[in-house]
Amino acid sequence: MTNPSTRPNPSSATLSEDIVITTENVSIFYGAFQAVRNVYLDIPKNKVVAFIGPSGCGKSTLLRCYNRLNDLIPSARVEGKVTYQNIDLYDPKVDPVEVRRRIGMVFQRPNPFPKSIYENIAFGARVNGYKGDMDELVERSLRGAALWDETKDKLKQSGLALSGGQQQRLCIARTIAIEPEVILMDEPCSALDPISTLRVEDLMHELKQRFTIIIVTHNMQQASRVADYTGFFNAEATEGGSRFGYLVEYDKTESIFNAPKQKATQDYVSGRFG
Amino acid sequence: MTLQTIAHSETLIESSQKFNPVRLVDRIFYWVTVAMAIAIGVILLWITWSLLSIAFPAIAKFNIGFLFSTSWNPVQDSFGALPQITGTIVSSIIALLFAVPLGVGVAVFLSENFLPSKLQTPLAFVVELLAAVPSVVYGMWGIFVLVPFILPGLQTIHNLFGWFPLFSTAPSTRQMFATALVLAIMILPTIIAISRDSLLSVSPQLRQGAYGLGATRWETLVQVIVPSALSGIIGSVMLALGRALGETMAAAMLIGNSNRISASLFAPASTISAMIANQFAEASGLQKSSLFYLALVLMVLTLVVNVLAEIIVSKFQQVE
Repeated sequence: MTNPSTRPNPSSATLSEDIVITTENVSIFYGAFQAVRNVYLDIPKNKVVAFIGPSGCGKSTLLRCYNRLNDLIPSARVEGKVTYQNIDLYDPKVDPVEVRRRIGMVFQRPNPFPKSIYENIAFGARVNGYKGDMDELVERSLRGAALWDETKDKLKQSGLALSGGQQQRLCIARTIAIEPEVILMDEPCSALDPISTLRVEDLMHELKQRFTIIIVTHNMQQASRVADYTGFFNAEATEGGSRFGYLVEYDKTESIFNAPKQKATQDYVSGRFG
Repeated sequence: MTLQTIAHSETLIESSQKFNPVRLVDRIFYWVTVAMAIAIGVILLWITWSLLSIAFPAIAKFNIGFLFSTSWNPVQDSFGALPQITGTIVSSIIALLFAVPLGVGVAVFLSENFLPSKLQTPLAFVVELLAAVPSVVYGMWGIFVLVPFILPGLQTIHNLFGWFPLFSTAPSTRQMFATALVLAIMILPTIIAISRDSLLSVSPQLRQGAYGLGATRWETLVQVIVPSALSGIIGSVMLALGRALGETMAAAMLIGNSNRISASLFAPASTISAMIANQFAEASGLQKSSLFYLALVLMVLTLVVNVLAEIIVSKFQQVE
């Protein structure tokens, strides 16, 4: 087992890239329980970064610290430094509402609002003070999420009437409607069938022209298909019996899957555990 | 293999034909519950039938005109219930006007994490305790505490806005407005408890979705959470309305039991249940029959409200 304190700084992998988000020595706690320990990781612009690893290794927790969604859990606490375009996200002067406008999120289970397809997209735009042509924005966002052809004749119907895969693309559409710079995706395909999954993956390739994407996934094939960079997280037990997650290795996706430097990564990507 | 299977099924048949006390208990339990379920239906039918049959002479004599006549004269055997019907509906609607904004507001407050849960849970419990106060206590509190407390304020409203029909009489110590206020307090726990449950049952994923798009707490509440819980909230209001329509004791004590219809909220009025409670003891003949007719009207009124509530609440559960 790797000792997390002696491993090389994984953020060196992205040295040559234009960085949007930096993660410096970040630990995340729920009350006394440490969920994530000492993560260093930089997110390059207009790339897809995948977080992989077994359940309970803190990948989703880390993802949620980038748009301060962990703020909703009263006991959650972040130590270390997370910056977005050189601004400390946890500076007391930073408004979490504004952070979430710049860093959008797509969730594990599709969660369209119980409103019409049109209103699902208009909601985010309205709360962000969008003053332009709403019809045009709805169409552009649905096209951006490859959903326009299927929904253009039923924009007034409830978003909940769509299939699971369509609902997830609607959630992507409403996220890109607010024009964020980064999109966080928390296992966006885990509730979808393989065909819907493929469509969402294709979409990610298009979206990275305009957005930076961080995706948490359990599916290693998915990471190898969509991601430019991949971080492998693992969980380790403490003496007290609780588990904490940490970043084992972070590198270009080909390196993680073909030439991992750590044995734990090698074991995981070759399916020997996890 | 085949022989074995046959032998097996024979013992199966034999064993099920044998007397088995556990299975007997099963059968008895089944029939007892069936009988109880039927008894409920029978009682409801019995009550309805009694109301109809005793009310029949009044129904036959006054017909639908009973609902629109304002005379209640046992000496001349002429009865009409318009003041009671309007009084019931008006007092309930005014009660809702106060209780709905307040109740939904409290429900939202208690379903958000504004307070630490150490305070929130006891507070929610206190709200539900409001429902445990007997209605005669509400009536006494209304007469001896609330009315003296609000009377000076109502007098000022009358002095300033007496030209407006709703405030056109000097506030009486027994009056429509105070009754509606007490009814509002009585129905608050219903609105709060059911609205809070339906707000709490809104999926946390919707809240995260709204926050994730950069919505503030207020925008999330008003545009996502409350609309998602709306049918539950409407259901709570309908159930509360049902309770306000039928409330007897507090209304009978506070409303003044006047048979006149007054536009002024500060004047005495009457409700169906207050009328029945006041007159049933000495009623006989056509008067008694008319009281039963009145009871029938009230039952139909509350039945309609409750059926509407059921429909709305079940619609809400389908969406879930």
